[in-house]
Amino acid sequence: MNSQGAVVADNDGKPIWKFLLKELKPKGRWLTPFNIISIPIILLGIVLIVIRFWKGIGAITNLSQEIPWGLWIGFDVVTGVAFAGGAYVITFMVYILNMRQYHSIVRVTVLNGFLAYLFYAGALLLDLGRPWNVINPIIGNNFGVSSVLFLVAWHFLLYMIAQLIEFSPAIAEWLGARRARKILSAMTLGAVIFGITLSMLHQSGLGALYLMAKEKIHPLWYSEFIPIMFFVSSIFAGLSMVIFEGSISHRVFFSQISEKNHHKQRGIVFGLSKICTGAMFVYFFLQLLVFIHGKHWDLINTPMGYWYLLEMLGFVLLPMILFFYSYRSGNILLVRVAAILTIVGIVLNRLNVTIIGFRWDMAVHYVPSWMEIVVTLTVLFTELWIFRWVINRLPVLRDSPAWVKEENN
Amino acid sequence: MDLHRRDFLKVMCATGLTLATGKALNAAPKDKNVPEFYGILYDSVRCKGCRGCEYDCADANGLPEPEPTKNIKGLRKPDENRRTVINEHKTSKGTVYVKMQCMHCNEPACAAACLTQAMSKTKEGPVIWRGDKCMGCRYCMVSCPFDMPKFEYHSPNPKIQKCTMCYDTRILKGELPACVENCPNEALMFGTRRELISEARRRIYEKPGEYVEQIYGEHEAGGSGWLYLSPVPFEELGMNTSLQNASYPALTKGFLYSVPSVFVLVPALLLGIQQATKKNHPNEESDDE
Repeated sequence: MNSQGAVVADNDGKPIWKFLLKELKPKGRWLTPFNIISIPIILLGIVLIVIRFWKGIGAITNLSQEIPWGLWIGFDVVTGVAFAGGAYVITFMVYILNMRQYHSIVRVTVLNGFLAYLFYAGALLLDLGRPWNVINPIIGNNFGVSSVLFLVAWHFLLYMIAQLIEFSPAIAEWLGARRARKILSAMTLGAVIFGITLSMLHQSGLGALYLMAKEKIHPLWYSEFIPIMFFVSSIFAGLSMVIFEGSISHRVFFSQISEKNHHKQRGIVFGLSKICTGAMFVYFFLQLLVFIHGKHWDLINTPMGYWYLLEMLGFVLLPMILFFYSYRSGNILLVRVAAILTIVGIVLNRLNVTIIGFRWDMAVHYVPSWMEIVVTLTVLFTELWIFRWVINRLPVLRDSPAWVKEENN
Repeated sequence: MDLHRRDFLKVMCATGLTLATGKALNAAPKDKNVPEFYGILYDSVRCKGCRGCEYDCADANGLPEPEPTKNIKGLRKPDENRRTVINEHKTSKGTVYVKMQCMHCNEPACAAACLTQAMSKTKEGPVIWRGDKCMGCRYCMVSCPFDMPKFEYHSPNPKIQKCTMCYDTRILKGELPACVENCPNEALMFGTRRELISEARRRIYEKPGEYVEQIYGEHEAGGSGWLYLSPVPFEELGMNTSLQNASYPALTKGFLYSVPSVFVLVPALLLGIQQATKKNHPNEESDDE
């Protein structure tokens, strides 16, 4: 494992390409359980992707004329982006509300968010029938400005740039580029403000995509308030993912995290669980209002109604109460349980809107093929590989190199 | 005032960008010189179910020949190999045939959904698909209340298949759509929407016992280019009667109209909060960096 001093020393005086070449090489052991599981799946996934471009989307998916969007949109894009919402919430807390105590988790959260957008939105290319035309809405051939998807596409692109700017000081520190770091750091606040605005609009925009599918989505999940629901739930979805991911990376990348930040972690987790409680209360209350105004009491006593109750009570109300008790009683295990329940709840909610509740009344239901699942796992594992590569090289979890502190003082 | 020039410019850029991109829904044509859309009136009382239109459609659009009638079992839907089908329904008034194809809505959900304007409502009325713009996202299929755009799932270069009312090949040359021209029973009639609605009303009033008093497509989904007459209530013909009468693009209007306000107000608000909270933590700045 590289110490921060070594990174700077390596870069000082050596040509940059030699440094990059050295950094590209893998570090650490090869035969880890994660590698043994992920490598065969990624290889199989690549084969499936080749088949998909050769034979068409229908060759490896179970999509149909009635259900044109399946796992790759409903899970990879819609659910994945909700979990990437942690980045805009944490940057809001740290840079806008100046809650400096959360500063140590900004970089890892932004990195996670950026990679999530890059890979899950990138997975969209696999789902596009004519991906060579993907730049049409960007280059203006033609602008479909009345489309929610046009808004979402532009926001994905702009938000990825904003996140890259937010993360770029870490890249500059890694490369030892002092002047670039100064310029890029000065751009952070602008990128954060722009990024939060974009996130509000496209988190809700992902819900607004389904507004025109009015009769196709089960009435318990369809309302004109889907965009607001998607936005509010992305707050605690993102934070729960930060808690969950933090509890794992604090174990896996233990050696990189400074003593001081280890001690801080506890306070951070409880602070986040407090915010989750608040956001989930707002969300639950909104859902309750929508349900009452929708007058869907008759639908509760049906199989879909039970499923709805399970989602709302078991995976929103219950984790909300657990989050509340966890920070009141200082029980860190309870926070993790609550975070996992919340994550399951968000997966359920997004899939209920996009897949399970979509055309719930059809005789033949869509079930993803094993090949769609393998491709989804391929995307996920590739992202984790890149994440691990970056964490092991850039100052993300570990402290910035010494020269950064000298310059700041 | 602590608002810097740079921040001001950022807000102005965001505003400008929003004003440039956040326009109103413009699925309906802007050209006021072409006041009326063309459409087609389908009279299921006159249709004898010969399926000639299916063959003419396949022929005119280079699609595979339809299957012979003796092989047909149950109800069919248009798909990537056939843009129209004639289905046989057993109803309270005996056998009634119904033609299915794209409805060519006045304000099409598919065109409002399309982020590249590949699906677009022409000023003449037909809703067409343009392959050089389409990226194959299939959002048109998610949005269409009639489920009419069909995707070629088994092609590496997939197209969206749907009725175009023979826009490129015939209407622009002044010819009738292939199905209308060849219908032996005059069940299909081409004309402006206004002419077709008054013709449909005339048929209903002249033979009130033969028709139900409803023109399907007059109001459904905000009105459509295809209009249907039927001897029995439209539910019996498997037509979707639960659709809203407002247009489907109107459902996303509220969301899209809120975008410019969010883009102007939220950055200003965030900057204000940032400035207000900054002074409270003068000593913690150097905590991590």
